[in-house]
Amino acid sequence: MHIPDHFLSPTTWIGASAISGGALAYAAKKTQKKLDERQVPWMGVMGAFIFAAQMVNFPVAGGTSGHLLGSMLAAVVLGPWPTMIIMATILGIQCLFFQDGGITALGANILNMAVVGTWAGYGTYRLLLLLLPGTWGQKAALFAGSWMSVFLASIVAAFELAFSNTLPLSLALPAMVGWHSLIGIGEGLITVAVIQYLLRVKPELNIAPIKGGMNVHG
Amino acid sequence: MFMVERKKNMGRWIGLLVIALAIAAFLSPWASSSPDGLERVAEDYGFSEKADESVLEGIFPDYVIPGLKNKGLATAAAGIVGTAITFGLLTLVGKKMARPSADSRKGEEVSD
Repeated sequence: MHIPDHFLSPTTWIGASAISGGALAYAAKKTQKKLDERQVPWMGVMGAFIFAAQMVNFPVAGGTSGHLLGSMLAAVVLGPWPTMIIMATILGIQCLFFQDGGITALGANILNMAVVGTWAGYGTYRLLLLLLPGTWGQKAALFAGSWMSVFLASIVAAFELAFSNTLPLSLALPAMVGWHSLIGIGEGLITVAVIQYLLRVKPELNIAPIKGGMNVHG
Repeated sequence: MFMVERKKNMGRWIGLLVIALAIAAFLSPWASSSPDGLERVAEDYGFSEKADESVLEGIFPDYVIPGLKNKGLATAAAGIVGTAITFGLLTLVGKKMARPSADSRKGEEVSD
């Protein structure tokens, strides 16, 4: 759901850029406090994986495709604060190098996918972990968090289109939510599968969150 | 022993990096070319042509490395380049941000 140039009005993209700029500055501060040097290669690798996976659009229905967002995946492995930095960096590279997402819409795309996507997923995941016990509970929480990250990001994107007078909310909301509810299923399946793989190669990976969610290194 | 430990740990993240590069090289050319969710909404409601003009030209627009005649090869090359750039840049950003591990002497203890 990378928004290109000209979909958003200046008021909308400037406003969105201000919010995401502030959020990123705070995330950088939190990351500096918590990121362990042994986690640095994982930051690079998670970003590389998400970038690559985002290139692989999968068909969903009726001639529409979707691709991994990845914010839930990174948030489980490295915590939500570094995930915001990872997602924003990926969006910046996609915009500047590959013209995927407009430069004027970069702030809005960061707001939708790096800020809302990360916290919608991570918040849902943490909440459901409290309610659902066991490894199946963890998988369910992971799936639901992944779905929610795509779902809420698409809602915010619909509001941005509406604020910009590009498409009224009464049309933008059901259309965006409809497609992304389907894409979110793919998000959940991929995220659960990748975490299963990581647990196998890195058995000490503790996906039950500890304070701040920072739990993988080495 | 420390070296052995280190090497073992390195293998783990390198495995995921290799997977990422493999996805970029071998899967990205087979990606669905159908519009994504937002593009589809833009087409359905007739505002997709707004996206035709980009404010800033990307270096490799649409994930294609220019000069390569084969479309799949050009996409794979763009994928590898982008994956490598992302890995490199985020490693630099992470290095700038990370604090020295306080418990490195304690070895594998997970810090909270």
